[in-house]
Amino acid sequence: MNVFLAVTPVPRDLPLPLPVPEWLLVFCLLVFFLIHILFVNLMVGGSLLVVVLEWLGLKNRRWDSLAHEIAQTITVNKSLAVVMGIGPLLCINLLYTMQWYSANALTGHAWLLIVPLVIIAFLLTYLHKYTWDTWTTGGRKVLHQLTGLAAALLFLFIPLIFLANVNLMLIPSEWEKVKGFFSALSIGNVLPRYLHFMAASLAMTGLFLAGWFGRKGSDLTHLSGFTRPELRRFFYTVCARVTLAQFVLGPLLLFTLPSAGITMQVYGIIFGGAALGALTLWVLFGELKRPDTTIGSRYWLIVTLFSFVVLGMGSGRHVYREAALASHKAEIKERTEHYYTALAEFNKAHTAIPPAAELSPEQLFMNCAACHAPNVKLVGPPLSEIAKIYAGNPEGIVTWAKAPGKKRPELPQMPAMGHLGEANLLTIAKLMLEKGAAVK
Amino acid sequence: MDFPSFYMDHLAGGRLIIGIIASLHVLINHPLAVGAYPLLTWMEWWAHKNNRPDIDQLAHRITFIVFIVTTTVGAMTGVGIWLSTSLFAPFAIGSLLRVFFWGWFTEWLVFISEVVLICWWFLSWKKVDTPEKKKKHIRIGMALSIMSWLTMALIVAVLGFMMKPGVWNQTRAFIDAMTNPLYAPQLGFRTFFALMTAAVFIWFTAFFFTKKSSARDDRPQRLRRWIVYRMSHVVLVSMLGVFLFGTWYWNCVPETMKANSSVALLTQEFMSWHGQFQTLLGWTVASFVFIALVGLSDIITVPRWALLIPSIMGIWMLGHFERAREFMRKPWVIGEYMYSNGIHKDELAYLQSEGILKHATYVKHREVTEANKVECGQDVFMLACSRCHSTTGLNSVLDKFSAMYGADKPWDSAGMALFIKGMHQTRTFMPPFPGNEKEAGALVAYIQQLRARPETLHGAQTEGITIAPPIKAPAMTAETQPQR
Repeated sequence: MNVFLAVTPVPRDLPLPLPVPEWLLVFCLLVFFLIHILFVNLMVGGSLLVVVLEWLGLKNRRWDSLAHEIAQTITVNKSLAVVMGIGPLLCINLLYTMQWYSANALTGHAWLLIVPLVIIAFLLTYLHKYTWDTWTTGGRKVLHQLTGLAAALLFLFIPLIFLANVNLMLIPSEWEKVKGFFSALSIGNVLPRYLHFMAASLAMTGLFLAGWFGRKGSDLTHLSGFTRPELRRFFYTVCARVTLAQFVLGPLLLFTLPSAGITMQVYGIIFGGAALGALTLWVLFGELKRPDTTIGSRYWLIVTLFSFVVLGMGSGRHVYREAALASHKAEIKERTEHYYTALAEFNKAHTAIPPAAELSPEQLFMNCAACHAPNVKLVGPPLSEIAKIYAGNPEGIVTWAKAPGKKRPELPQMPAMGHLGEANLLTIAKLMLEKGAAVK
Repeated sequence: MDFPSFYMDHLAGGRLIIGIIASLHVLINHPLAVGAYPLLTWMEWWAHKNNRPDIDQLAHRITFIVFIVTTTVGAMTGVGIWLSTSLFAPFAIGSLLRVFFWGWFTEWLVFISEVVLICWWFLSWKKVDTPEKKKKHIRIGMALSIMSWLTMALIVAVLGFMMKPGVWNQTRAFIDAMTNPLYAPQLGFRTFFALMTAAVFIWFTAFFFTKKSSARDDRPQRLRRWIVYRMSHVVLVSMLGVFLFGTWYWNCVPETMKANSSVALLTQEFMSWHGQFQTLLGWTVASFVFIALVGLSDIITVPRWALLIPSIMGIWMLGHFERAREFMRKPWVIGEYMYSNGIHKDELAYLQSEGILKHATYVKHREVTEANKVECGQDVFMLACSRCHSTTGLNSVLDKFSAMYGADKPWDSAGMALFIKGMHQTRTFMPPFPGNEKEAGALVAYIQQLRARPETLHGAQTEGITIAPPIKAPAMTAETQPQR
């Protein structure tokens, strides 16, 4: 029966200790990841909004200029998204070395594709941004829109690769079933994660842009046809509606999570976060009802509340991960300790035996035996032939062995053997002559 | 240590991908970031001091190219080195991360400021309209130049460490890892190389941004002369630095690794081309010197195409330098600590006595028998050889044995087993075989079968993994047995 069931692999860990206390790494992972994902959200959400708004701009020019203004923010946010991603990557590499690298390897082709795909997406966003004022009419405008669309589609796809990996690392018991990226997508709850992430991207972008265009000092001269309160209201609405949808997508994600890491604590944190989210949404809808003169006055309150919601969800995510991997981590630790104890014992016994003072000529000759046989040509000429050439001249063999040339076109060149030492080489040479002479 | 094996047969196992990504990263970031930022900042300062808006405008235009390339291909290939090493050498990068955590952490902070500064510097350039703002803007450029150099200064420690960890092998201390013996010479070498290539790059791109002079307006010609004359100084001075630090660097490389250099510079088959390589190297240096001297002389303005010669030669030389550096490190991935296949030096004897299959996780069998010999051999290949060799693709074991025994002759299995056991003595760039006698036999059986029926070997990313039943260890109780 067991043949048909997957076995949980229990690998052994690296022998080097963690360079920092684990709690510090956990703290860094949590905080750095949230900063990273914020910029990723703004990059992904921003490029989706740009595509839609530029399309609306075909009917009404004011949407086009709004899309252009948003496009200006994406290229900066995308640079920060990449650079802020390194911190959490550093932490996850250290904290979950065995699970993380294994998940990467199992989805390897897709994991590697991240590099060219992100480069292409970034180049397209630059092209899109810097051709906005020149590709304006007819076919050129269509090309411009397609450039933006292509970048947005890439930004829609790339997160799937990351999600497949972070999901897969949580379920070592499923690893034996995985055969590449697409099969990893079907394991666990990648798709609910994806929808939750996409919604968060749009909500965060909406909130960011409500603040960005709502700033007192922001320059709206390029945005003819919009007033500041109108922009605030528009992006607040985007944020509010998408966040409302999260009350469906969030539970969908939670209830489809593999049961391995579900604990009461996880439920507690997630539902606490959701309650705070409901409060945030209530404040947000209240803000939307305000008149133009005061809309935006609660902006920082909303941002603060949202930050706590996100922090709560991030912590819940970590608590789930720890619970899901607790037994796997313990098993790895035990196997690793077991292995290194046995290794240490072996090495102790091994070093107790004093090394042989000198290798025997026969042992030294083993360095040559793979290529030189007594009477047949293996890789190099047989000993019988060598004995003829160097009869009475072992020094000649030594000289050759230290700096071999190439005499026979049909054979590969001999590697230099100087590392064996002059004395050893002479010993070998004498033995070779002896053996070669004995063949006849 | 013990990971599913990502493996690409047609690309020498796949490590070529790390090489391509890393070389691209270096080729972009040495000239375009480390070298170009200080030179461009200097141009901006000079333009401000001597009231030459044309030079300022030129610096801004070149910065646009640098900005686009470094924030896309430059940044992502840097991340790509991590992503790809996590696939091909997780044991090596995992260990390096534990040793260099603080180095990498600091580099990350520096890198964040570098990205913020390049965005700030480039995007605010046009908004500068007063001398006070200009001074501040120049200071941003200076900060950017320092940060860009610092990221390299931090990462070079890791590169030097992998070749020669120095006293870290005894102390296991972070500071000893950072200040490894190859650190200072390599850093100096790269700094001057970056300046030298950046100067040629700026010189070259400047020609696209300066229009041809007309009879009435000689300003474009004046601007060209200015850039050619200044940049040729930078090339000559940097070249002296490259030469001095390069010599020091070479003298610090361990003797045993220097022995690898003739193979590292080219491939094993082309060892006899060593002489030609040196000639080519000489021509590269000569092309830089020639262009710089012509530029310095100011007699004629160097034509645009002529600059392509040192540029291409420089790219070729740096690319080759990285390749040679990577190869010479062998048989180690971390000198005197970990072999290229991820085996630690201190576990070698243990594995040779116990067998490597017994202690690996992702294998089909733990013990070699007559019936499972070929399957075991394949797993041994994956564990011991696949980080450098392929089965039927680039750098394949079949090619290697064909070169030794002849492609059309039978290969003697006993001789092959003998070779495998002693290969680290005759091919000093190869690690010792980390398995027992039976496993060497299994490997030979696998290679012989491969020869009879060449089949591509697939990695865990397509084939998935198979796990042999867990080893019965006395320390494992019923609760800690892996769940079924």
